[in-house]
Amino acid sequence: MIFVMLWTDILVWVLVATILFLGWRVSRSEQVKKQWHTVFKSSIAMASAIVLAFYLFFTLLDSVHLRLSLESTKTSTKQVQYSEIVSLLDLILRHNIESTERTYSAPFALSEYTKSIVVDAKGVTQQVHIPLKHVSTNSDIVVESIKAIVLGMGLSILLIVLHLFGRVGSGIKDTLALVVQGKTELPWRTAYVTFTVLVTTFTWFYLLSFDYHVLGTDKVGGDVLYQSLKSIRTGVLIGILTTLIMLPVAIILGVSAGLFGGWVDDVIQYLYTTLSSIPGVLLIAAGVLSMQVMMSNNPTWFESTIERSDLRLLFLILILGITSWTGLCRLLRAETLKISQIEYVTAAKAFGVSKLTIIRRHIIPNLMHIILISVVLDFSGLVLAEAVLSYVGVGVDPTMHSWGNMINQARLEMAREPMVWWSLFSAFIFMFILVLAANLLSDRVQKVLDPRNKS
Amino acid sequence: MSSILSVEQLTLSIEGNALLKAISFEIQEGEVFALVGESGSGKSLTSLAIMRLLPEVISVSSGDIKLKNKSLFSLPEYEMQKIRGKSIAMIFQEPMSALNPVMTIGEQVAEVIKIHLGLKKEAVKQKVISLFEEVALKDPEERYTWYPHQLSGGQKQRVMIAIALACEPDLLIADEPTTALDVTIQAQVLKLLKTIQSKRKLSILFITHDLAVVSQIADRVAVLREGIIVEEANCKDFFNSPQHTYTQSLLKDARGIQIKRNNVETQSLLEVKNLKVHFPIKKGFFQRTVGYVNAVDGVNFSIPKGKTLALVGESGSGKSTIGQAILSLVPLTEGEVVFDGINLSTLNASKLKPYRQKIQVIFQDPFSALNPRMTIGEIIREGMVSLGVGPKKKTLQDDIIRELLLKVDLDVEHMHRYPHEFSGGQRQRIGIARALAVNPELIICDEPTSALDVSVRTQILNLLQKLQQESGVSYLFITHDLSIVPVIADEVAVMKEGKIVEQGSVVSVMENPKHAYTQRLLKAAPKLPTKLPR
Repeated sequence: MIFVMLWTDILVWVLVATILFLGWRVSRSEQVKKQWHTVFKSSIAMASAIVLAFYLFFTLLDSVHLRLSLESTKTSTKQVQYSEIVSLLDLILRHNIESTERTYSAPFALSEYTKSIVVDAKGVTQQVHIPLKHVSTNSDIVVESIKAIVLGMGLSILLIVLHLFGRVGSGIKDTLALVVQGKTELPWRTAYVTFTVLVTTFTWFYLLSFDYHVLGTDKVGGDVLYQSLKSIRTGVLIGILTTLIMLPVAIILGVSAGLFGGWVDDVIQYLYTTLSSIPGVLLIAAGVLSMQVMMSNNPTWFESTIERSDLRLLFLILILGITSWTGLCRLLRAETLKISQIEYVTAAKAFGVSKLTIIRRHIIPNLMHIILISVVLDFSGLVLAEAVLSYVGVGVDPTMHSWGNMINQARLEMAREPMVWWSLFSAFIFMFILVLAANLLSDRVQKVLDPRNKS
Repeated sequence: MSSILSVEQLTLSIEGNALLKAISFEIQEGEVFALVGESGSGKSLTSLAIMRLLPEVISVSSGDIKLKNKSLFSLPEYEMQKIRGKSIAMIFQEPMSALNPVMTIGEQVAEVIKIHLGLKKEAVKQKVISLFEEVALKDPEERYTWYPHQLSGGQKQRVMIAIALACEPDLLIADEPTTALDVTIQAQVLKLLKTIQSKRKLSILFITHDLAVVSQIADRVAVLREGIIVEEANCKDFFNSPQHTYTQSLLKDARGIQIKRNNVETQSLLEVKNLKVHFPIKKGFFQRTVGYVNAVDGVNFSIPKGKTLALVGESGSGKSTIGQAILSLVPLTEGEVVFDGINLSTLNASKLKPYRQKIQVIFQDPFSALNPRMTIGEIIREGMVSLGVGPKKKTLQDDIIRELLLKVDLDVEHMHRYPHEFSGGQRQRIGIARALAVNPELIICDEPTSALDVSVRTQILNLLQKLQQESGVSYLFITHDLSIVPVIADEVAVMKEGKIVEQGSVVSVMENPKHAYTQRLLKAAPKLPTKLPR
């Protein structure tokens, strides 16, 4: 068994390290700690944060890639496939990958969705729903569900108790009473309920996925639940990493245009005016196509399809980042122009404070609310943009699981009679929950961090 | 005389907290009734309650308002709509935001006439032009097609008055109508209001914080404090023999006490020689310079050690630019700024740094002068760190910050709070503490009191005096308010259009002005009647 680091994996883990570092910094400063404490006093923010943490958890699970060595998989029937790169998530959902059906089947179905022509032993031609290969017909779905839900609840309660124990130590009984009454300072009751719901739902899906296709199968019989879970990483990555690439460009250019003025301002303005007058999709398509040509000219850059699609994802993120900074840059320039005329900046200049310090201490903190809002709006927008780009055919690699690709396929499925709705439905629900949670959390963060909103 | 408007036991509250506590007053026909109070006293709320335009969170708990014996609170909304504009008209403090920028001023006045009087198109235009004549706008026919941005502040306020008068109202509510204007313009607008009032026998509810203005225009005065009318009297009696202690202290603060200043000659600290600041006007591709604005045009003055020079002028006269030029925040076009024998205009950024410590600044608007994202401690510390003044260790710096906070009469615990938690006066104190942190020898005070209430203004001025006596710091006091000049300054320079027109000691300039502009300024400035000897 060897670990493999894909390019996007490196970025993800660097990001995680940065978040941990920032968290450590926050925990040292009393004031910032208090602010974030206030953020999580809202139960909506708490619930959203837990949902986001779940998505992040799956992203991280899916960002540890490894190659399994052959002897550990000797017992398995398909040895050849295991030399491929797999992620931890793939290992957990191994049964889902293996249980490929022939074609469409509805969620929890026992047979295929459409009738096929079968010639039976007597030579009579019939149109029948062929039973699915990888569902167990002898298990009762209700009993299985109850078992799974009880197990899921038990698991979450165990984790909650562990968390409580870690938080308060011995006084656990009193705290538990407070939590149940909803009288704790932070809305822990909401947090624990959200957590339980998420864990139970996942356990239920997971346990039943051994016997059924919980969210059905797609055209070639692939499990939709597996695809939806794999798509989490693609969506979250495009959302977060693109913003991270875009942010420094937008902040540096926007602030320097606003603060220095003169020719610097002119150059930056002409740059973003030019860039934003080219249709976005066209620019991205051009970028993606030239990147495809480059990759087909340099086949040595990658060894497997997974590495290729990962490289393509990375380039897509870069291209999206380079083309999407103009809007934020324009906003920041205008706001910087405004702030740099305000008297506290004049006061700082009268103290001989250097330009860099003025930017760091007086300008950036007062731009923070704009940055935060646009990061979250862009996050949602980018998750959705991925779907649009896949539709045009310039999105992520077709072999990569993504909500965009799922929706793209669903285009034809929606036109069928009877309609195949579950692919679109799953992609939509997974995307919707992510975007909604991000928006709700950002609302709260913005409200708390903007000092003018304090009463 | 019969009463036009009577407010009876009016109580307004927000979430159970009373904002106005059972106030009552009556306005007679043809009378100017002044409602005086500091910010937050509830005077604007009273006017909104009369117009029934209160924000939804504020509710009328009890009381009534009667217009000609008709209760306003029992009227249905469509009846009230007719009263607004037709029976009661209103003019606001900020003429810039009260006019619609995309409509010509003629249309805006005509709109009101059309709605309420239903005249024909030609008649409406005639009426508008006659109104413009009444409010003394020049070339009224031509002005009809002008847009608000083409007018000056005073002219806009005249248009607002024309709109208010359009439907011949019985009562005019004027909510701080002259606060945003320069003194000479203010005098003109007040005179205009007075003539219109006597010609039309109009009743005016005049809301203001400025007692000097009240003394010029009002027939009767009511003083509002924290939602209670503490005193109501005839204008004459009010200024001669105020009854309530609050009113007495208010009048005392407004008059200002001239402190005996020592007349010891000291050597000069700052000398400004032939200072010129011209701003280029840039247009087109790559910002070509097409012309210049002569903000400051050949100014000479000097400030002696431990003394105060007041720089007086109306908006746009270039007085703030002089402050920025001395701080080396704008490039000089010509001339010298000599501080302690060193010409600052020839120094580069690093050589300038020691002088940055010696010259500091206090700003007009206490709300924008402090970074909302920094604690008070950080704000005061910034200059000390940047200029390397005082100890390097953070705990020792904290001690100095505490000392400074006490010096400007604030609490030590305020150090860890953010600016939004403080009132305007407190913020101004923080601004002063920030300037003091680096032990300056000269502080440029750029209208430090014009955004403050009268009583707070007096406190700040006293604080500045006290600090000057303690540390011998010099002030360059930039102001448009002539009434505080005798209180704070030793010398005064009057500016007009980038030039100093008159300069000299306070006594000589204020009491015996030579230049025509100074004479006009002093005449225009509203003055409180001097207290009659008993």
